[in-house]
Amino acid sequence: MSQVLDTPPPTQVPEDDLAALAARHGLTVSGARPTLPEYVRQLWDRRHFITAFATAKLTAQYSEAKLGQVWQVMTPLLNAAVYYFIFGVLLGTKHGVPDYIPFLVTGVFVWTFTQSSIQVGTRAISGNLGLVRALHFPRAALPISFCIQQLQQLLFSMAALVVILLSLSVPISFSWLLVIPTLILQFAFNAGMSLIMARMGAKTPDIAQLMPFILRTWMYMSGVMWSISKLTKSDHLPHIVTILLESNPAAVYIDLMRYALIASFHAKQLPPHVWPLAVGWALVAGVGGFIYFWKAEEKYGRG
Amino acid sequence: MAEQTPQNPELPDNEAETPEAREMRERYERLAKAKTVPTIVVDNVDIVYRVHGTGSGRGSATAALNRIMRRKQAEKAAGVRTVHAVKKVSFVAYKGEAVGLIGTNGSGKSTLLKAIAGVLPVENGHIYTNGQPSLLGVNAALMNDLTGERNVWLGGLAMGMSREEVRDRYQDIVDFSGINEKGDFITLPMRTYSSGMAARLRFSIAAAKDHDVLLIDEALATGDRRFQMRSEDRIRELREKAGTVFLVSHNNKSIRDTCERTIWLERGELRMDGPTEDVMKEYEAFSGEKGAKKKAA
Repeated sequence: MSQVLDTPPPTQVPEDDLAALAARHGLTVSGARPTLPEYVRQLWDRRHFITAFATAKLTAQYSEAKLGQVWQVMTPLLNAAVYYFIFGVLLGTKHGVPDYIPFLVTGVFVWTFTQSSIQVGTRAISGNLGLVRALHFPRAALPISFCIQQLQQLLFSMAALVVILLSLSVPISFSWLLVIPTLILQFAFNAGMSLIMARMGAKTPDIAQLMPFILRTWMYMSGVMWSISKLTKSDHLPHIVTILLESNPAAVYIDLMRYALIASFHAKQLPPHVWPLAVGWALVAGVGGFIYFWKAEEKYGRG
Repeated sequence: MAEQTPQNPELPDNEAETPEAREMRERYERLAKAKTVPTIVVDNVDIVYRVHGTGSGRGSATAALNRIMRRKQAEKAAGVRTVHAVKKVSFVAYKGEAVGLIGTNGSGKSTLLKAIAGVLPVENGHIYTNGQPSLLGVNAALMNDLTGERNVWLGGLAMGMSREEVRDRYQDIVDFSGINEKGDFITLPMRTYSSGMAARLRFSIAAAKDHDVLLIDEALATGDRRFQMRSEDRIRELREKAGTVFLVSHNNKSIRDTCERTIWLERGELRMDGPTEDVMKEYEAFSGEKGAKKKAA
């Protein structure tokens, strides 16, 4: 074996010189974490990939089903029907809530957007290691792309929702325009949460097993199928519980969407300071989540 | 183990080197003398994989609990195994070089290539590169349920091409793959393709982009004979445009055809680094595959 090693590789340089050699020729460390502004720029350069990947995932989802893309609308409607049967009919939460069907359906759709963004975020890196290990791109592209896919999914659901609203003769009004800022804020919040979960899920994939339970608990506390304002007004809840219920980001976005779409949902049913809360949550989760994710950029794909 | 076995009379001696091999050797010596600009510096690199859920308490609840509770102290006891895939490897690659990476299965070739591409973190040491080296291959970004057309777009964007670039090269990619030679297949989902057709499309997408530093991992043996020849030409073209090429392959012939320099990794260690013909001879003696080599040639 020694004779093999004896052959001196002609291009070998003494070991301590290698770093100096690299520095002299302006070489950079492969796969090093870029600065935050540079990272944002790289991500912006990949925006077409991000949207194309989201659309591709969405299209591929039902491509084996006979009904194809019809399921984009059918799935959320069936979900809403199940919740209506259980909560509206069997448990009777609908009493005292006007326009219960739009109330419930809006809640379910908006909640599903947050829930599935977080769920896909958890597996965005750990479930796509092949992609992460094969191609070079800012890793934040993956969770963000999955959130865009969920947003597209929500837009399909919203189309179904509009049909439901019109068929129940809920009047069209200017307040429907509030849907747009609400969606933007909710998207920022969801993307941030998804980025946070993506980093945690990349390090500890077990989190994906826990998420369904955490998310279900969160759902029942967010007033998806019951009215928070009814509870906080009628019952004698401790003040702290009221504050927690009303500042819950999921509840904030759900109630804003109801306020925008349903005429019988009045401003006084909204939690206090609802817009500052909505903007605050979007900024805290969006910016914080992005920085948190970027901090581990060079570590994704190990393992 | 690696002692030379000159008893094989069929092995050509140095004097009987083929013209191609001589040309490669001259090219190697010319480049070694010139020592132009380094494009890749691999400085004392270790790469370690961590695998969970191995060891004696495999998968049992107590082992898992143990792992979570005492992450640092008891990594080994809790069934985290480390695989030291690349050990203290150093070398410098220069502009204009085509470097072959050889070694038996599991010797760390692909791992090293991924680390150079910056997609796999190193444990110790550093890898310095000029620009961003890229792996030739987009398989992971493509989706079988989508049409060939959409996959061309998706793959191109995933490799970092702009929309304009993809639009410009779309027709070339489709023509090169030959998917549409037997009818309009590019608008069918990729899952309906034969494995050969899918492989051809994947290669065509991957080879559509020019790279400064090109890393190729066994990408040469896809498709039928005609397509193989076409892809070899394309590789040569890419090689001429790229500053430096790395090729991982078990096909000794394609290493000989493409690379003038070869690095031999064995069990993660750099065993030998030098002119392709010299390294190949040692490697073939080591792996005892002269018969196999004759067949491949």
